[in-house]
Amino acid sequence: MTSLPASTQRALGLAIDLDTCVGCHACIIACKEWNTANYGAPLSDRDAYGSDPVGTFLNRVHTYEYQPADSDSLDFQVTHFPKSCLHCEDAPCVTVCPTGASYKRSEDGIVLVNEEACIGCGLCAWACPYGARELDATAGVMKKCTLCVDRIYNENLPEVDREPACVRTCPAGARHFGDFADPGSQVSQLVRERGSITLMPEMETKPVNAYLPPRPKQQACGHTASAVQAKSAPETASPTGFLAWLDGALSRLEGSSSDKTA
Amino acid sequence: MHPAPSLILFTSLSGLGFGLLTFLGLATPGLVGWHAFLAFALAFGLACGGLLSSLLHLGNPQRAWRALSQWRSSWLSREGVLAIATLMAFAPVAMARIWWLTDLPLLAVVASLLALTTVFATAMIYAQLRTVPRWHHPLVPAVFLASTLTGGALLSGQTAAAALFLVVLGGLQAAYWHLGDGLFAASGSDMTSATGLGRAGSVRLLERPHTGASYLTKEMMFQVGRRRVVALRRLFWVLGIALPLLFVVLAILTQGLGASLTPLSLLAASASHIVGLIAARWLFYAQAEHVVALYYGAQA
Repeated sequence: MTSLPASTQRALGLAIDLDTCVGCHACIIACKEWNTANYGAPLSDRDAYGSDPVGTFLNRVHTYEYQPADSDSLDFQVTHFPKSCLHCEDAPCVTVCPTGASYKRSEDGIVLVNEEACIGCGLCAWACPYGARELDATAGVMKKCTLCVDRIYNENLPEVDREPACVRTCPAGARHFGDFADPGSQVSQLVRERGSITLMPEMETKPVNAYLPPRPKQQACGHTASAVQAKSAPETASPTGFLAWLDGALSRLEGSSSDKTA
Repeated sequence: MHPAPSLILFTSLSGLGFGLLTFLGLATPGLVGWHAFLAFALAFGLACGGLLSSLLHLGNPQRAWRALSQWRSSWLSREGVLAIATLMAFAPVAMARIWWLTDLPLLAVVASLLALTTVFATAMIYAQLRTVPRWHHPLVPAVFLASTLTGGALLSGQTAAAALFLVVLGGLQAAYWHLGDGLFAASGSDMTSATGLGRAGSVRLLERPHTGASYLTKEMMFQVGRRRVVALRRLFWVLGIALPLLFVVLAILTQGLGASLTPLSLLAASASHIVGLIAARWLFYAQAEHVVALYYGAQA
């Protein structure tokens, strides 16, 4: 059924820390590797070694620069911005599906595509505001983040690996996986502590994934133009301590007092 | 959005076919025998040709039958169900007219209403999408329906109705293009709402997520058609509305004069209108901006 469940027992998703992400794209590669070898059709590439390569990916990292909202600084701050399926509560991609291939699981809230029933019409990708779905050019079916459904419940894997590939691989610890419906979970605590950004709230999709906002930068930002100039000016202050004694001793060697030369 | 030829043909041809069926059902109860056969063959051909063309758009067309299952929630599914119901309802009407030279008036009315509902459902596939602000407007189904009625009136030779609907379509299309140009800005989506980053209006794309193309950039961020907006709109006004109106007036004036002048004028009017219609449909897709372009640095 392409109707959405009234509620889900759990709300599994990712908390992505925009403050910590270093933009290394390792999550993309780990995602591509796992999802090419496992659930459903492989994520194909076309002209992979040619001049015009095109491929299917379930995760993309954008990089933005902007002036922080909470200061009048002229400086720009840079933030890397990983984007994958947000597993929305009111997922518009699910209700538009004509075949019932696109669905949201009532047990854990994961939005999935049953590739056996997908006709590849592309309407779900049109309905998604976030660009989270890509039609695979080789298989002709819609691909999207499965939250690594074949890892998180997989008892053949060591327990430490039972989380999405992107989370497992992130070297900066910028990605967290958990149940947003459980107020005691790590991801719920992170959102309570840090708050979260809702992407395109006007679309009323109620995303489950949370984006933890970048922290205000105390050193790099918050500088007025004159403060930056003052800091980058050449050093002119008189030395103190050992350097002051050395300076004095050298000036006495020259046969004049340090006061005169200063 | 990418103006896929399969989708332009789908909406244009099936719209014309269902429009012609509507007029055959409602306005020409006396059309029987061979004439009815030719008229219904053209209508079924256009409608089925359009529907088959939509299958070319699919990644896995062999499973298309599955699209009939989700009519409770999906406009695309409703469109498929309604299209088949319309064709099935018209089959006995056509057979009665062709072979038994008689009309089934009640079924003809029901089938005609089904045909118009099908076109409404086609339009709702687009109008339901919040993510494409230019499509998310009540004028989209209005233009689709007016377009269907215009094409149907022209193809069925209903001169008075054709003149009326050409004027109505022109008015609705003008209103839609006028309003449509401002719908993205009015949607409230911009890079700040998309990313939630920084002071309003200050965010800009520093690096794209990929250096090449992707499904997203090909499908949702199509740019070519937008440069030719003025030319394509002019093409619609001249070939889609003005010339057909001229030929229809000529057809009305020459009625009763020469046997071949009226049908020739109507043929010219229909041919010209169809070219104009396809120009407008191309623009309908090519001009539509998807909000995902904001993540790639598009300016709202």
